[in-house]
Amino acid sequence: MTDFTSTLGQPNAVSIGFFFLFVAATLVITYFAAKKSKSASQFYAAGRSVTGLQNGLALAGDYMSAASFLGIAGLVSLKGYDGLIYSIGFLVGWPIVMFLIAEPLRNLGKYTFADVVAYRLSQKPIRVAASCGSLMTVAFYLIAQMVGSGSLVQLMFGLPYETAVVVVGAIMIAYVLFGGMLATTWVQIIKAVLLLGGASVIVFMVLAKYGFDPSDLFAAAVDKYGDKVLAPGGMVANPWDALSLGIALMFGTAGLPHILMRFYTVPDAKAARKSVFYATGFISYFYILTFIIGFGAMVIVGQDVVTKFDKGGNMAALLLAEVTGGTVFLGFIAAVAFATILAVVAGLTLAGASTFSHDLYVNVFKSGKATEEDEVKMAKRGTIFLGILAVALGIAFKGQNVAFMVGLAFAIAASANFPALLMSILWRRFSTFGAAASIVTGSVLAVGLIVISPTVWVDVLGNQTAIFPWKNPALISLPAAFLAGWIGSVLRPEPDAQAKYEQQKIRNYLGMGAE
Amino acid sequence: MSADPVKHLDEDAFRKLVRAKWTISLVLTAFILVIYFGFILVLAFAKDVLTAKIGTHLTLGLPVGLGVILSACVLTGIYVYWANRTYDASVRDIIRSMKGK
Repeated sequence: MTDFTSTLGQPNAVSIGFFFLFVAATLVITYFAAKKSKSASQFYAAGRSVTGLQNGLALAGDYMSAASFLGIAGLVSLKGYDGLIYSIGFLVGWPIVMFLIAEPLRNLGKYTFADVVAYRLSQKPIRVAASCGSLMTVAFYLIAQMVGSGSLVQLMFGLPYETAVVVVGAIMIAYVLFGGMLATTWVQIIKAVLLLGGASVIVFMVLAKYGFDPSDLFAAAVDKYGDKVLAPGGMVANPWDALSLGIALMFGTAGLPHILMRFYTVPDAKAARKSVFYATGFISYFYILTFIIGFGAMVIVGQDVVTKFDKGGNMAALLLAEVTGGTVFLGFIAAVAFATILAVVAGLTLAGASTFSHDLYVNVFKSGKATEEDEVKMAKRGTIFLGILAVALGIAFKGQNVAFMVGLAFAIAASANFPALLMSILWRRFSTFGAAASIVTGSVLAVGLIVISPTVWVDVLGNQTAIFPWKNPALISLPAAFLAGWIGSVLRPEPDAQAKYEQQKIRNYLGMGAE
Repeated sequence: MSADPVKHLDEDAFRKLVRAKWTISLVLTAFILVIYFGFILVLAFAKDVLTAKIGTHLTLGLPVGLGVILSACVLTGIYVYWANRTYDASVRDIIRSMKGK
């Protein structure tokens, strides 16, 4: 395809049209949601009225970012099989969420995961510590999304980076501020359906060229680029590195505040477990689609063309859409990718705003004695603050290497949030001191080690060799967080908290008294 | 919630419920850990296994990778199936016996 010219990067009337349609439809939903978003339970948890299937789609929507759609399809188009290894890592966290976290979280908490950790323990120290873990996870994830979105929109529409970031920030603030969790959930659902539908159409058109036999597509890829595209390459060069990243992805998913928060939107633990099952299915299907899209782009578009538009391959799926479906279809897929960015940052911002208001303002600053009106007001202020912060950080980090930030967000979630959450559910003797020690140890090690690791020390700061050998710190920071939680609880036991454990178990396993 | 629910709790049934829940959860967790980290270890130490050809073009890595993805779906499916049938029924029984007394 050497004579191929793409309209990518020029303002595309179709994609702008589709994008306005999406924004208009979601703002109408936000308008109706706004009427229902007065109480705290409505603002944070959509009145707990979301069904298992809806929440499954919304969870998938939260997880399938533009970076994973465009990024993984691109990775597959350039590296073949290695792209699949990468997406598998992101998928296997979901069974962990199901088996260990989803139901206890739903039964024990109210709006944030800190509710569960603080259930039997002293509110203030736990809320402060858990908020730090939560806000750090959200912040790093948000920066990665904002910077990614700015450059993607620039590549897709030729819009200036700063304008793209401001547009994303402004629309996202509107969703969260006025429509709360209900609007955010519907934005996620619509986006998930559009993304899964759009990706399915691309795959259909690719496979139609190969008589609906994927093995013919893979065979064509082997003929064109050799056996290496179907063989694992350099992805797992260092086993320790791979293990550490695997641990971060697997247990990090079970510690992402914006994912955990979604379990409060369903009526009960049964709906929570159903929603994880649906989410796992949708996300699996999505990764299988992106794998085929990657190979389609490799064969039909060609690696030379893909790298011409973006060295990292991020434009592979869009170029394939254009080759198979023309400019109109490219416009549609580009609009879906933009919608995806909006939905993910909205989910993150809402999770951050809940931490601000529910954990810090209500339970620390007001010692749990705030009116519901005040709580919602603070959550809305938090939304505006975080939205503006996200735009500012997105612009500040323009052109920086932020690829490590998603890995860092997962490492913090796996080390600071997940161990404390699991121990508070399972261990009678877990104490306030132990929980605080676990969260602090997990966050400090996750952040500290990644700074001296090859990802930041060499790739970002430009040093020759890294002090810490692995790219991801979770293999050290997660066990250390569990150990700190155990030592802290043994050193400073808390008889009061142990006495409350029986009552916690009744609520956890029978759902009695759950909100 | 009225009165003290713990007083009327059928302790044996409750203990059994909690034990069953964590047995299932931990066994399934072990499965996904072994499957995923097994996959990573094969990638790290025995890559040739996955590079082996099946048919003229395809490699063994394809069905194995797909298998890891499907196993995540199947394992979560098994948990939901068990919980919807067995766990929820036990919870209903325990709550009924608490209210009956």
